[in-house]
Amino acid sequence: MTIKNRHSVFDCRRIFFLIGGLEAILIRIQLWKPLNNFVSADMFNELLTMHGTTMIFLAAMPLLFALMNAIIPLQIGARDVAFPFLNSLGFWTFLFGGLLLNVSWFTGGAPDAGWTSYVPLAGTTYSGDHGVDYYVIGLQIAGIGTLLGGINFMATIINMRAPGMSFMRMPMFTWTVFITSALILFAFPALTVGLAALMFDRLFDANFFNPANGGNTILWEHIFWIFGHPEVYILILPAFGIISEVVCTFSRKRLFGYSSMVFATMLIGFLGFMVWAHHMFTTGLGPVANALFSIATMLIAVPTGIKIFNWIFTMWGGSIRFTTASLFAIGFIPTFVMGGVTGVMLAAAPADFQYHDSYFVVAHFHYVIVGGLIMGIFAGLHYWWPKMFGRMLNETIGKITFVTFFIGFHMTFFVQHFLGLLGMPRRIWTYLDGLGFNGLNLISTIGAILMGIGTVAFLINIVITAAKPRNAADDPWEDGRTLEWAISSPAPEYNFAQTPLVRGYDALWKEKMDGNKGMTPAEPLGSIHMPSPSILPFIMSVGLFIAGFGFMYHNYYIGAAGLIIMFACMVIRSVKDDHGFHIEPDELQGKGVKA
Amino acid sequence: MKFRRRRGDNTIPVQVEGNHKLEIVWTVIPIILLIILGVPTVQSVFGLSKDYSKDPDAVQVIVTSHQYWWEFEYPQFGIKTAQEMVIPTNAKIAIETKSGDVKHSFWIPALAGKIDSNAGANVNTMYFEAPKPGVYLGKCAELCGPSHALMDFKVKAVDEASFDRWIAALKEPVELPADPAVREAFVSKCLSCHAVGDQGGMIYPNLTGIGSRETVGGILVNTDDAKYANEGTVYENLKRWIEDPDKIKPGNGMGKVALTEQELDGIAKYLSELKLDY
Ligand code: HEC
Ligand SMILES: [Cu+2]
Repeated sequence: MTIKNRHSVFDCRRIFFLIGGLEAILIRIQLWKPLNNFVSADMFNELLTMHGTTMIFLAAMPLLFALMNAIIPLQIGARDVAFPFLNSLGFWTFLFGGLLLNVSWFTGGAPDAGWTSYVPLAGTTYSGDHGVDYYVIGLQIAGIGTLLGGINFMATIINMRAPGMSFMRMPMFTWTVFITSALILFAFPALTVGLAALMFDRLFDANFFNPANGGNTILWEHIFWIFGHPEVYILILPAFGIISEVVCTFSRKRLFGYSSMVFATMLIGFLGFMVWAHHMFTTGLGPVANALFSIATMLIAVPTGIKIFNWIFTMWGGSIRFTTASLFAIGFIPTFVMGGVTGVMLAAAPADFQYHDSYFVVAHFHYVIVGGLIMGIFAGLHYWWPKMFGRMLNETIGKITFVTFFIGFHMTFFVQHFLGLLGMPRRIWTYLDGLGFNGLNLISTIGAILMGIGTVAFLINIVITAAKPRNAADDPWEDGRTLEWAISSPAPEYNFAQTPLVRGYDALWKEKMDGNKGMTPAEPLGSIHMPSPSILPFIMSVGLFIAGFGFMYHNYYIGAAGLIIMFACMVIRSVKDDHGFHIEPDELQGKGVKA
Repeated sequence: MKFRRRRGDNTIPVQVEGNHKLEIVWTVIPIILLIILGVPTVQSVFGLSKDYSKDPDAVQVIVTSHQYWWEFEYPQFGIKTAQEMVIPTNAKIAIETKSGDVKHSFWIPALAGKIDSNAGANVNTMYFEAPKPGVYLGKCAELCGPSHALMDFKVKAVDEASFDRWIAALKEPVELPADPAVREAFVSKCLSCHAVGDQGGMIYPNLTGIGSRETVGGILVNTDDAKYANEGTVYENLKRWIEDPDKIKPGNGMGKVALTEQELDGIAKYLSELKLDY
């Protein structure tokens, strides 16, 4: 249990991704034919709720966080993140929040009101069992982890950059993570407040969302989407960053229009907070609100378009290598464009009156989240795997992963646009025969299975690779441009024996072009300060987990006990001085002293 | 392929920083396209929000959604029906939506966009027209519980004269079952919730004219030429429904009513003959 959990913990995040994927496959099996009875209506609602919740909160975000953790300090030439203790705490709260959510399967029913948990359906009157309690408390605990992560990355990027690494020399991935962290900082508190209010409604009979006693259900929709829409950008911006890195390396070219990319990212982040009500066009906010939110939403297409053109022009005239990582990145571009086009279609409120809550929307957001984010993550994993684990993933299996996943993806979701236009609402457990939905649903299900096969191929690749010797070169793709490729693979515990001096954008590339062997060090070789590992974050999260259970079942002694455990750890942490330890120069002999 | 790197190719492409002209072009052109798209969007947002709820020429319908059925009240005519909304082809239909329980969303894909029926006092309005006579499928578009998928309804557009006849027929008194045992069962076990004609309660679906509707419960389609599992004659569908509504729509508000085989048969038969002439 080290504080620097970046290599060891990768696995449980992937497990949540697999659980979410399995739920998706069950959903698609239920829908492969009309009036199917593979799962019951209740079970189906649990599946769709848990699929959405798991994928967004427990799979997509943590997978991104894992990449950020591994790569951001390297890209900015830092030894670690700014707050290693917070980092570890964030990880464990996320894990225990996710566990709590999934325990619900075994205690009488998972949450079943959708990942949006609209009230009153998610209130106690209509969801009387504990399902939604698990949602509320599990997400609250997991959300702490995300918020801590955001704060940590923000502080790291602002404070820990190597000498010479000015903001406008930061790699694109670092930029996107920086903006994403800012979005987390502003968006997650809204979720925290919403969940707290819903928790009070459910556990202590408060009336925030109970219209019978003066509450308002639309308030929940606003709070949820004020968080929920920026959340989409929290997810997609780092994927944009990954794509920028991968496209450059494998085209052997500088990112086209770097400064406009940075500006576009900021603009998307900013506009991301101005558009939440486009999820509520049919709620009845009136024509003024609908018109304004339509226009604001359409505006996002402009900076997004800038990004797309910049990627294409980065490849233009480049010397392109088709590795698995670059295939995922190149596949990302047209896929994301499609998601963007349907996004603009949905932005027009009068048209959205038709599309809203239909399979058209399902297709749209899977194009941006799976076709965008997950393909981005796959690109990033294949690209940075050698840097994280010291081994190259197998390229042949990688290409099989890409082909099955890519084809499966488009088969699953392309046809869903038409299902939506034909009038198939989303989140339906089954559909009647004779409506013209049968064939398209069958295609969609086959596609989902193909995506499953692609994912399994990736897992096999991981296992096979783990058995190989650790022999990846420092710069295994040979065209690395950024700092992480200047040090050994995997990166040593202290990242850089000597902090590098950054002399320009694409720091390593610049040294390569100037004929240097590696980075110039910015400091003499000296002893390196390291944080000590600590078990406190783990115990604190266990405390929260116990407290969550206690309150959920109205057992306040257990609830209080859990909170006491947590606060006790906080006291210990505050009182006990731990200065960490040092790695002395003679211990570094020959290891990674290339910088 | 032109850009594909050949093995061992070590040439370094020109490192382009950017191109201001190009970048301006692909910023400005999308903005122009968005303006072209934005103007009609705003126009139709306001166009669709026109309020016909006070218009005497429009047919007012108050739509109340329930887990998992739809209630249609026509305040201008003082009538209420369920699951099948009959409308004239020659008038605007002004809808007012509210919900009896959770949030639902009222959607007739072939005729108009959807509007949510919110819980509480946030009543919504919309309007649409159906100039062509016919039967249209309506749906609930917001997750509302286990039977959300099955919360369908029908919209039947008819000419003005038929519509007037329908209104008149719906107001007429209805005979109860002739067989005393069936009548007794129907009155005590069904009319506590349902209504036929001017008898019974009005908070659950009004069964007047159920024999001539397109469906039972919105999803069991009435036809003499059944092709699919959810089709059958009115009588068969009614029997299927009354026998075990939970099997048709899990978690619905009716629940299984204890009936003898005889009562079940008699009631299904009686209801299947409860037709409106219009
Ligand atoms: C507790 C009140 C209650 C009782 C008692 C009850 N029903 Fe119902 N009934 C309902 C509700 C609620 C629905 C709507 C269910 C749905 O579609 O979700 C319904 C629906 C129906 C429908 C379909 C209506 C339509 O518009 O398509 C029929 C037919 C029906 N009931 C017949 C009966 C008969 C016959 C009895 C007596 C044996 C009966 N009901 C007893 C509440 C009740
Ligand atoms: Cu509904």
